[in-house]
Amino acid sequence: MSADVQLDEVWIRFGDFVAARDINISIRQGEFFSFLGPSGCGKTTLLRAVSGFLQPSQGRVSIGGRDMAGIGPNKRPTALIFQNLALFPLMTVWENITFALEVRGAGRAARRKKAEELLELIALPGQGEKMVSELSGGQRQRVAIARALAAEPSVLLLDEPLSALDLKLRQHMRTELRAIQRRVGITFIYITHDQGEALTMSDHVAVMSHGVIEQVGDGNSIYNRPESAFVASFVGENNLFSGTVAATDDAYVTVDSPAGRLRARHAMRGGKAQLAAGDSAFVFVRPESLKFAAGASSASAEASSTEASSSTGALDNRIGARIHQQEFEGNFWQVFCDVDGVDKRVKLSMVNDGASMGRGPGEEVTLGFNADLAVALPQGELAAE
Amino acid sequence: MFAYWQNFFRKHGAALSVFLLASVGFWIFMMILLPQAFMLDFSLRANVPPPKWGSDAHHYTAEHYRYMLYGSAQSVDSYNFVDLSVFARTIVAAIFVTLIDLALCYPVAYYLAHAATGGWRRLMVLSLIVPFWVNELLRAFAFKIMFGGNGIINNALLWLGVIDQPYDFIRNSVALYSGLSYAYILLMIFPIYNAVESLDRNQIEAARDLGSPWWRIHKRVVIPHAKPGITSGCTMVFMLTAGALAAPQILGGPSSLWFTQIIYQAFNQAGNWARGSAYAIILLVVCILFVLLMMRVFKVKLGEIAR
Ligand SMILES: Nc1ncnc2c1ncn2[C@@H]1O[C@H](COP(=O)(O)OP(=O)(O)OP(=O)(O)O)[C@@H](O)[C@H]1O
Ligand SMILES: [Mg+2]
Repeated sequence: MSADVQLDEVWIRFGDFVAARDINISIRQGEFFSFLGPSGCGKTTLLRAVSGFLQPSQGRVSIGGRDMAGIGPNKRPTALIFQNLALFPLMTVWENITFALEVRGAGRAARRKKAEELLELIALPGQGEKMVSELSGGQRQRVAIARALAAEPSVLLLDEPLSALDLKLRQHMRTELRAIQRRVGITFIYITHDQGEALTMSDHVAVMSHGVIEQVGDGNSIYNRPESAFVASFVGENNLFSGTVAATDDAYVTVDSPAGRLRARHAMRGGKAQLAAGDSAFVFVRPESLKFAAGASSASAEASSTEASSSTGALDNRIGARIHQQEFEGNFWQVFCDVDGVDKRVKLSMVNDGASMGRGPGEEVTLGFNADLAVALPQGELAAE
Repeated sequence: MFAYWQNFFRKHGAALSVFLLASVGFWIFMMILLPQAFMLDFSLRANVPPPKWGSDAHHYTAEHYRYMLYGSAQSVDSYNFVDLSVFARTIVAAIFVTLIDLALCYPVAYYLAHAATGGWRRLMVLSLIVPFWVNELLRAFAFKIMFGGNGIINNALLWLGVIDQPYDFIRNSVALYSGLSYAYILLMIFPIYNAVESLDRNQIEAARDLGSPWWRIHKRVVIPHAKPGITSGCTMVFMLTAGALAAPQILGGPSSLWFTQIIYQAFNQAGNWARGSAYAIILLVVCILFVLLMMRVFKVKLGEIAR
């Protein structure tokens, strides 16, 4: 499949401020592609460059192989769904939906027919005569999608369209959006600062920070193989140990940290090693990769059973810690531990297997993790909490 | 209703409530209702000099309204073409001026609200407002000088070679229409500006993104949204233009009489207060009916204008 939307060396500046820096992205026809990043990192700006409301200061945006320079938003094969939807409040639902057809001079009968089809698609049949203000949040959401789809774009651009909805509806709309995308088969470019949305819906995710693309990949590789400290700290939860690299090879890095000597995977970036002996490094370990290790802990029964259930058997790294607090979340136990020399409490998640944890606050424990489940990265900017 | 007033009193306290009600009541009654009631009363009575006011001679009659139609208090043989044609011309000209102002002000208001930024916008607003510090008479005379035979406009056109002898802007009413259009321009710009400014910019962009050319964006998105502002601007400009006196007096050509000038003459030159009142009432009622009719045609509700 060909690249449908391509950004080559795109820079966007507002005066001295650089909102997008050397962006190179290739999005394939028919894929669900997300830009994920914290507020203000330049996601909307990039989307506006694709939709044509903004000309990049430098670089090239092409859609379907065609250079888009000088082509206005009304002439591009894109349709944008705005962060606040921007439905037309003085038109009925069906007039909203078929506005793009009205623009092209379609007759009233044809428009009504198309409106009914699209209302069917978004599961609002027969609601065309209502005014937008008479719809619920989720229904408005779907009308906005239908209005954009009526333009028959080859690329649909969505700017955080779910952010105004409550959690339940948001989760429902995720599934819905994905289903609609599969049905219509066009490229979706989706912007969000919610990693859950990005990971669940997308074929590929680009993680952004301060106008720079930090990493592009599918959800699995973004979560499991972060290539920068920003990605590791922004996507999902991660425990962080900072230290100095003692030794490296292609596969693993050994880092001396206040918590002891830690061994972790050596994360490559663009096929290149990122760390050498003497560098400052962060070691990231996910809460679910941490285990209670047998040893210093006195409550041995559950601990050894958890350890035994881990696939690799013996753990590569061990850290002495003290339980600060534990939270029961039904399917999970969240355990927060103090580790000497580490500022932020270390968090450990355990599946609730029915047995009680058998540990309490203040207890000295040993935490362990396998080198394969931890990653060492050069020190760099971290995502804000 | 009772609950509303109870709540009103509780919210503002007794003293303030009484003051608010009394002052609003005083305003409405003394400043608006009472004078108009006197006018109405006057217009329906015979024309007698002040010493006889209240006497039998000051009886009720519809003769002044009939005079407007037939030019005489008794006969109905011929119409009063002089007054009626001035009246009609005044209304048509006021409509015309309103349309000119609308055509001029809508783009300016839109530009101010959605395209101009920061200092440039402030500069534009200031340059709209500041000329209105100059009083109305002075402005009218300035127009007269500008449009006069030796005025700057004629001189410029002569110098450019567009014309080879001075054009009589005054006699041809160009000066009058220009002066009237300019006189109430702010009353058109600001209501439209307020209405357009409250439009979410994303709606304009959404329409554009869906392929709409600029004119359709205005037709389908901006104008429907700005309709209350447009209506209130048009209403004010129309009413004030139809009721203008200074500009027609100063800028009008010798042959073009404004209806207000006839009213003025009735009061001040003919000493016929009754007829003046009747004519003023006619102007007022016709203007109000016309505005209400237009609001019905364009489907605007009175409440929307006040938004
Ligand atoms: N027209 C503009 N002029 C100057 N700076 C701008 C302009 N538009 C955006 N910016 C700046 O560019 C940066 C990126 O803005 P953008 O709207 O793309 O962020 P975002 O990633 O969409 O954030 P959010 O998630 O909050 O919507 C911000 O720092 C913003 O201040
Ligand atoms: Mg944004």
